[in-house]
Amino acid sequence: MAERAWLNLLPPEDRACLSRVGIDLEGERAGTYLQVDQNPLFFAGVEGLDILSLPQAREAYPWVDGYVGRLLPQARPLDPRTPGYFIRVGRGMKIDRPVQVSLIIGREGGRQEVHNVIILEEGASLNLIIGCTSGACVRRGIHLSSTETFVGRRARLHLTMIHHWGPEVEVYPQGATWVEEQGAYMYDYVCLSGARKLVTNPQVLLAGEGGIMRSQTVLVSPPGSSLDVGSQVYLRASGTRAEMVSRALTTGGEVVSRGLLAGEVSGVRGHLECHGLLLTPQGRVLAVPELEAKTSQVELSHEAAVGQVEEEAIEYLLARGFPRQEAVSIIVRGFLNVGRVDLPPALKEEIDRVIRLTAEAH
Amino acid sequence: MEPLLLVEDLAVEIGGRPILENINLEIKPGEVHVLFGPNGSGKSSLLGTIMGFPRYRVVRGKIYFRGEDITGLPVEERAARGIGLAFQRPPALRGVLLGQLLERFKGDGEKARLGARELNLEDFLDREVNIGFSGGETKRSEILQLWVQDPQLALLDEPESGVDVENLALIGRAINYLLERESPPWEGKPLRELRRTRSKGGLIITHTGHILNYVDADVGHVLFQGSIRCSGNPRELFSFIQKVGYSECIRCVNSREVGENG
Repeated sequence: MAERAWLNLLPPEDRACLSRVGIDLEGERAGTYLQVDQNPLFFAGVEGLDILSLPQAREAYPWVDGYVGRLLPQARPLDPRTPGYFIRVGRGMKIDRPVQVSLIIGREGGRQEVHNVIILEEGASLNLIIGCTSGACVRRGIHLSSTETFVGRRARLHLTMIHHWGPEVEVYPQGATWVEEQGAYMYDYVCLSGARKLVTNPQVLLAGEGGIMRSQTVLVSPPGSSLDVGSQVYLRASGTRAEMVSRALTTGGEVVSRGLLAGEVSGVRGHLECHGLLLTPQGRVLAVPELEAKTSQVELSHEAAVGQVEEEAIEYLLARGFPRQEAVSIIVRGFLNVGRVDLPPALKEEIDRVIRLTAEAH
Repeated sequence: MEPLLLVEDLAVEIGGRPILENINLEIKPGEVHVLFGPNGSGKSSLLGTIMGFPRYRVVRGKIYFRGEDITGLPVEERAARGIGLAFQRPPALRGVLLGQLLERFKGDGEKARLGARELNLEDFLDREVNIGFSGGETKRSEILQLWVQDPQLALLDEPESGVDVENLALIGRAINYLLERESPPWEGKPLRELRRTRSKGGLIITHTGHILNYVDADVGHVLFQGSIRCSGNPRELFSFIQKVGYSECIRCVNSREVGENG
């Protein structure tokens, strides 16, 4: 495949970066979009699936223009050549193999700015992996993105977003997702590397009856890093449901873990869970769970806790015969295990590394 | 025979407050002892001190395990030497699945599987440890973990509290396996052989005494205001306590000097 030949042109250390954010250069994907700095370099596809750069899509399909800025009007790019990906899954099409997208800051101090549109038409289904990273030698750079996502009636989107940034990179992704009747939006977000500053708080609008949203977030903030991450979910139609779980761990950096559930009509349900763990006396975790009910018969709840590894839990495992270091690693691994996220092997290794470091420091 | 556990003239404080005083206790290999006593008498503290939790500060006396002075040893060292504890109220381990935890024990996976079946916990192997467990489920999970850990001395802190009648028999049977009082069906050792070879010991806190209907304990002790006030036949002691209450029981039993170890 031409795809392979092209990928082989990437320096090996950058290819290693890609595997860390879930981008598979060997296996089979239904499609791939890669963008290094401002250059969209690759697209591929199978039947029923369009993967294009946004400017190309706007040229090819005039109706695409109507989607750009629909959910994020203030983010509508002034320059129609602003790059970004366009992914569409046609009506009723189930794409079995995952589609992968990677946005890479390729050079030191690079600035990446993208506008993306994802459309799943009625009954479509897609498993999308988005890996954003800075190149192996890049410490500094800026990533700005706006993503508008449309999940049609009975459509199902599972989006796994994995970030891995250089220590001085700044990252500002914004997004909005529109979910129609019986649509399902699963969103998993993992960032273990930290970033000098990362701020993201995308909106999810459950606009059609019976639409659901589930999200899981795993964040690790090393010293010098500041992460401010959340989701805002608006339950706008009856029978909609949302469930958000977030785990934030600091080894010395700062994490703000947000979540908003807004029940705007009767007959909606949501639960928010937000846990923070401090592994060093430095660091800071701020959990900000917010619940809003605009009418009666809204069932929203949250559970939030921040603190250090409980000595009681460590003692429990010591009494079971585990050495202290192993006890801590069992607890930290459990903390980072949110269950559903199917992490790529390179990321599992990364988690192992974080756990090893924290357990040794304990 | 060298005692499995020997506690000599033990005095313990928590945060500067005396909690145990003048504790003497000897458990021989193969023996099961039960500990009675009202709330706050120091039963859990005694188990916690034997296990070695640092909040229990030993101010006097010694604890020997199989002849070795373990008074100054940390928890994990005691566990490594063969002491295990079933917690009364164990902490929740978020994200840690019971099955995964059992796999980390040095024992074989088969034992965990059989134990889970025996304790009716097969569906719990995919659950997070102690999250959303009922009282009875917690106790069964504790016994299961201890069963896989396989300690020489099992300390059981109220294994029957919050357990319904049906599960009580289940727990009783599992404790008997744990303490080599009964052989699990898949091992099928004759009772006579078990009696001859058994070396494990147990110290069980019981509040309700129900466990005595299932586990054939050898010696009972009454802990009252931080000291062991009398020892003797566990069933006899328990029936006294039921009839006359703890304070009266101690006076009465002591004046009559009932019991083997009293």
